[in-house]
Amino acid sequence: MADTRIKDAEPPALLKLQVNEPHAVAGHAVEGKAPAAIREFLNKRGSGAAGDGAFGALVLACALSILGIVVLILFVLIQQSKLSLHAFGLKFFITSAWDPVMGDFGALPFIYGTLVTSFLALCIAVPLALCVAIFIMEICPKPLRGPVAFLTELLAAIPSVVYGLWAVFVLVPIMRDHLGPFLVKFFGWTGLFSGTNFGEGLLTASIILSIMILPVISSITREVMGAVPVSQKEGVLALGATRWEMIRIAVLRNARVGIVGGVILGLGRALGETMAVTMVIGNHPDIAKSLFAPGYTLASVIANEFTEATGDLYLSALIEIGLALFLVTVVVNTIARLLVWFVTRNSAREAR
Amino acid sequence: MGVGIEVKNLNAWYGQTHTLRDINLTIPANSATALIGPSGCGKSTFVRCLNRMHETNPSARVEGMVKVGDIDIYNDAAPVEIRRRVGMVFQRPNPFPTMSIYDNVASGLKLNGFHNRKVLDEVVERSLKQAALWNEVKDDLKKKSGASLSGGQQQRLCIARALAVDPEVLLMDEPASALDPASTSKIEDLIFELKDEYSIVIVTHNMQQAARVAENTGFFLNGQLVEFAPTSTIFTKPHDKRTEDYITGRFG
Amino acid sequence: MSTNSQLRPNRANVLRRSASNHLVTAISVLGTLLVLVPLIAILVYLVYKGASSLNVAFFTHTPKPVGESGGGMANSIVGSSIILLLASLIGIPVGILGGVYLAEYGAGKTLGAGIRFVADVLNGVPSIVMGIAGYALIVVHQRHFSALAAGVTLAIMMVPTVTRTTEEMLMTVPHAIREAAYGLGVPRWRMILSISLRTAAPGIITGCMLAFARVAGETAPLLFTAFGSSFWPHNLNEPMAALPLQIFVYAMSPYDEWHRLAWAGSLVLITLIMVSVGLVRYVTSRGRLKGGH
Repeated sequence: MADTRIKDAEPPALLKLQVNEPHAVAGHAVEGKAPAAIREFLNKRGSGAAGDGAFGALVLACALSILGIVVLILFVLIQQSKLSLHAFGLKFFITSAWDPVMGDFGALPFIYGTLVTSFLALCIAVPLALCVAIFIMEICPKPLRGPVAFLTELLAAIPSVVYGLWAVFVLVPIMRDHLGPFLVKFFGWTGLFSGTNFGEGLLTASIILSIMILPVISSITREVMGAVPVSQKEGVLALGATRWEMIRIAVLRNARVGIVGGVILGLGRALGETMAVTMVIGNHPDIAKSLFAPGYTLASVIANEFTEATGDLYLSALIEIGLALFLVTVVVNTIARLLVWFVTRNSAREAR
Repeated sequence: MGVGIEVKNLNAWYGQTHTLRDINLTIPANSATALIGPSGCGKSTFVRCLNRMHETNPSARVEGMVKVGDIDIYNDAAPVEIRRRVGMVFQRPNPFPTMSIYDNVASGLKLNGFHNRKVLDEVVERSLKQAALWNEVKDDLKKKSGASLSGGQQQRLCIARALAVDPEVLLMDEPASALDPASTSKIEDLIFELKDEYSIVIVTHNMQQAARVAENTGFFLNGQLVEFAPTSTIFTKPHDKRTEDYITGRFG
Repeated sequence: MSTNSQLRPNRANVLRRSASNHLVTAISVLGTLLVLVPLIAILVYLVYKGASSLNVAFFTHTPKPVGESGGGMANSIVGSSIILLLASLIGIPVGILGGVYLAEYGAGKTLGAGIRFVADVLNGVPSIVMGIAGYALIVVHQRHFSALAAGVTLAIMMVPTVTRTTEEMLMTVPHAIREAAYGLGVPRWRMILSISLRTAAPGIITGCMLAFARVAGETAPLLFTAFGSSFWPHNLNEPMAALPLQIFVYAMSPYDEWHRLAWAGSLVLITLIMVSVGLVRYVTSRGRLKGGH
């Protein structure tokens, strides 16, 4: 019975093909043997273990150097700010004295200036960055998409000091002569725009900061918006939603955690941005209510006074400010990275 | 010239999965040997154990003995030394995209530190002729990238690349599964020609292919070698019921 | 109210939805334009102000004292080049090899994930803090400002960027061609150098250029390391002039002549950054083989 079954199912061509001669292949005639030199050479070639070990150690060392750098930075910052840490303790961050002559230092005005400028910069940059991201991802005609994206990325390529230069000679006069008086006229009652308007100050610094952090926020926003599955967008459109409803329901809702991550990343940039801010903020350790008033940020006080700091305590106080800035940006960036990672990881998992 | 392969009590794992169980097999020299079986039966894992490619996966583990010629590959030598003797052609053509056709063929020698131009020229021409590709590419050997060739040409380029190091054994892991019928028949013709000079082990899911090119055929199922015999025996009078069921299309 | 009337399209509702759709589209277009305005304003103003202030002396002379007209920023251009060369020589190899570890050895390991994370965090550390770190690490021990300290500081800033892009680019190299190299008996280190890195080279070079462009415009890390100088560079152990520093000093000065030089310097700085990026892109896109990717 087994015999017949095999015979029945056996494809007749199967065995015939086996005895087929191969077709003649043009140029196939190969004369002689492979050069003996090759086999001899390859057999003498060793296991390569020494090379592999050395190379592995080298790349590991380079990768570990990144950990080393961070630990080293933390170590030297603590070491160099010891004097100030001992002298003032935590009081350093809640007092507003800044008196190099008397040797009395407190970082509160700089913390205030940093928080105000970063907050205002976010208020300006976030809506605009969302506009840019929505425009590029959902509205812009395809051929324009690349160039517009490129232009907004170009904003990130301009050095900070060039922003500062532009701000000093273009933005400051505009603030002094046009935007400032306009704000006083319409929003003067809030008290936020009182005092003499020199053109420099917290508000000007915030505006230049907002321009500088915008590309960071919009590029991350674009990335997380791009991670929203097309099927979800189509699903909402298929229900008869308008484009805006689709963006709101499918895109923004899905991407919101990642967008928050992008905003926090922008915050990290704003907190530490130095040169452009230093050039237009007025550099005065005041805690003023008016946004026209000159201020100081953590970064700009270091930039401005570090090389002129006389006395060990003064220098040590400035380095402690640097240490604080380091720790704050590490925390802020960690939160932002985790949020962005969380969103893109989920979408990657769905794609699989 | 090719050498035979002797496999004793070979077991292999990926992580917790036991993919090969107690394989015992003797593959004769200078002939073609086909390995057939349904997907996931372990035939690919088996050939990857014959040149220690299996262990490039960090979760992989092997036990048992494999002798290529008189070398016990898991005890007598380092993986790279084995792979220089036991060449491999993969399922999908994988020429080096940044290299010219010439450099692709010469890569096994150049990357191992051999730089004699005269010998390299000779080897490249010889290998491309062996792979029946010479006439198609001889005019732009150094101008065109290996990735610019058609799929079938790329696979023959990969065969030439493997032959250029003058291996004793050539492993082919479903070398024609990603190719069109015309290219497939060229590859089969090649195997037919090459088996006088090299020991060839070819994994295939195509039974006709096994029947056409191989003297001996092994049937794998669930990580075990069910049957190993001359090809004609396997296809006409298999001893094992499972082999019979497979070649008559009862499952798989 | 019957079920029927609820299902019928409500005209007012449709109008409202369509209006809000148009409104949002308009806002997003306006917002994008508003963002492009300062960008274009900055670039146009820079070219206008900078080009009118550029002359031969700018590229051949050192700065003149206040009050004398003329002079240039030749020493700053040379100084910046030296500092950036030093930074690239240290930062790029370390960064690339670190990326090799993450992609080829550290995948799936806790150590790899940790290093990847720390690299991202280091990337976000403000440049002014890196400046202090450079000061505390090198200047304090040397007891004077130096170009060496500046170069090392900028190198440290390049490493995380180069590492992460190298890693990402290596991850895009197909596993199949690594296997092809292993199958030929090529040792792992040789496979990584000749196959992985070479295949990923265009992307890695672009990443290096971005890292370079980023540090080329940095001013804050140079304040307490290179410090600046009005003389030609002599050796790495001395304070050295640098273009961004000089722009900063001139911009904050009260003299029109120096403002003029600051604009010219900014134009040169941006052009240098763009040209070096473009040049490397051009060079790496040439000499490719037909049909290669």
